[in-house]
Amino acid sequence: MAIALDKRAPLDAERLRQDFPILMKPQDGRRLVYLDSASSAQKPRQVIDKLAEVYETGYANVHRGVYRLGAIATEAYEGSRDTVAAFLNAPDRREVIFTRDTTEGLNLVAYAYGRSMIGPGDAIVSTEMEHHSNLVPWQFLAQQTGATLHYLRLTPEGSLDPESLAKLEDVENVKLVAVGHVSNSLGTINDVPALARWAHERGAVLVVDGAQAAPHRRIDVQQLGADFYAISGHKMCGPGAGALWGRAELLERMPPFLTGGEMIRKVELERTSWNDLPWKFEAGTPAIAESIAFGTAVEYLQSIGMDAIEAHEHDLVAYGYDVLAGIDGVTQYGPPPPNRAGILSFNLDGVHPHDVAQVLDSEAICVRAGHHCTQPLMRAFDLVATTRASVYLYNTREDIDRLAEGIEKVKRTFR
Amino acid sequence: MDDFYRENILDHYKNPRNAGHLDAPAATAEGVNPLCGDELSIELEVDDGVVTDVRYNGRGCAISQAAASMLSETIVGRRVDELSSVGKDEVLEELGIPLSPIRLKCAMLSVGVLKVALNQLTGEPLPEEWAGSDEIRWNSA
Repeated sequence: MAIALDKRAPLDAERLRQDFPILMKPQDGRRLVYLDSASSAQKPRQVIDKLAEVYETGYANVHRGVYRLGAIATEAYEGSRDTVAAFLNAPDRREVIFTRDTTEGLNLVAYAYGRSMIGPGDAIVSTEMEHHSNLVPWQFLAQQTGATLHYLRLTPEGSLDPESLAKLEDVENVKLVAVGHVSNSLGTINDVPALARWAHERGAVLVVDGAQAAPHRRIDVQQLGADFYAISGHKMCGPGAGALWGRAELLERMPPFLTGGEMIRKVELERTSWNDLPWKFEAGTPAIAESIAFGTAVEYLQSIGMDAIEAHEHDLVAYGYDVLAGIDGVTQYGPPPPNRAGILSFNLDGVHPHDVAQVLDSEAICVRAGHHCTQPLMRAFDLVATTRASVYLYNTREDIDRLAEGIEKVKRTFR
Repeated sequence: MDDFYRENILDHYKNPRNAGHLDAPAATAEGVNPLCGDELSIELEVDDGVVTDVRYNGRGCAISQAAASMLSETIVGRRVDELSSVGKDEVLEELGIPLSPIRLKCAMLSVGVLKVALNQLTGEPLPEEWAGSDEIRWNSA
């Protein structure tokens, strides 16, 4: 085990925190406790500076300008694609498509792959723990194509129920399986390789919502066995840009998603031929500076080490889970550590999560309250909402202790 | 910010006025806040154009439930056609605290279901911002 530990050199969150200007700015005179990175992560100075640098020294549209600035911007933009491709261990840089975010990546698959490859009599499989962005596109696709839609259910603990998978054994013509790598509401880590095998045995493709995994752990799309993997840069300390990885042979067979400029090779009045991968799927002017700074964010994470980030979060969430378990009136949801990513989801007896979050805000603590865009999951647990605290590389045990103090204040307020 | 949960808000939240049901309501309406899943229903008893009794039922945050409780106390005895003027200003005055746009939605849920109930009584079209707040139109094939 010593080798595994060596690979996970601890990170110094207190020092990393100083890279994030917003975290260094006190709120009401108190150290800001940011526990909503699952929703969107804060940005380090390196990423903020990169955005300014692009606009100040290297900005122009990409793939168009003959002039030098255009070449500089194009080189940086395509360089960022290489960075993201390496981060995902994509076998081919042409398989990485820049998007706005995970939602756009999943919709790209639902429209371009789904509407051309799926029809009446086909089946789609997803799970009831999905974020709406990995559920509504498939539901809408099923409605529009006449395909049937089947869901894996949850165990009381909040993991995918193997029995519900067994029940789908005889479903015919399964064409697509869509699953989240990590649940944004519960922190459950799903067994993607097993689901990939299940999908591939049936000739189906596996679409993975990687929004909650890519910021926090090493991602190897080849090892996972995924066919599509969508991520959001803004959850990875980057700006508003994301990426979709897809296997080249699939992307090549797919029609485009959006059409227009950039994604064409030749246009006549009656017909058009498509550009090569990945640009076939990047119609119009992309988010240039954001995509470039997305690469900077990925480099920032890699400089810390994804294994170190994962280990740090496992430590924090194990600590947080114990601390919350020690507070009278707190009910937690999702699997207990260690099989759990950096998300704590809980309720406090007799107090609505909105009120919990409001009181915590008065203590300079940012948490999310609501259904977290997972209404079917909430319904499965007979919940309306939960309070969610999510950790990242810049959080410390002190943040968890402040959360616990804040919850005590909530209890005093609503006593 | 520490004044947010003032005593009167917590009192109405913990001891909601006019909670329960009426035997024969003249109008019943319900609504949800999709943001947080708060649910609220209202029942009105009306005699000769005047609200004679009201009941609110729901589950949700302190702001949404306290606002409903407070509002219920102010509408009994008022004319139905006069209640169409009830809106943001009145609710904020009752609560006595400033609200962010997100929390304002919590407070306004009680106004929304009231408007839907009034719509049933008077037949007047709902104001645009409340249209559809009484029903969910499911998308389907």
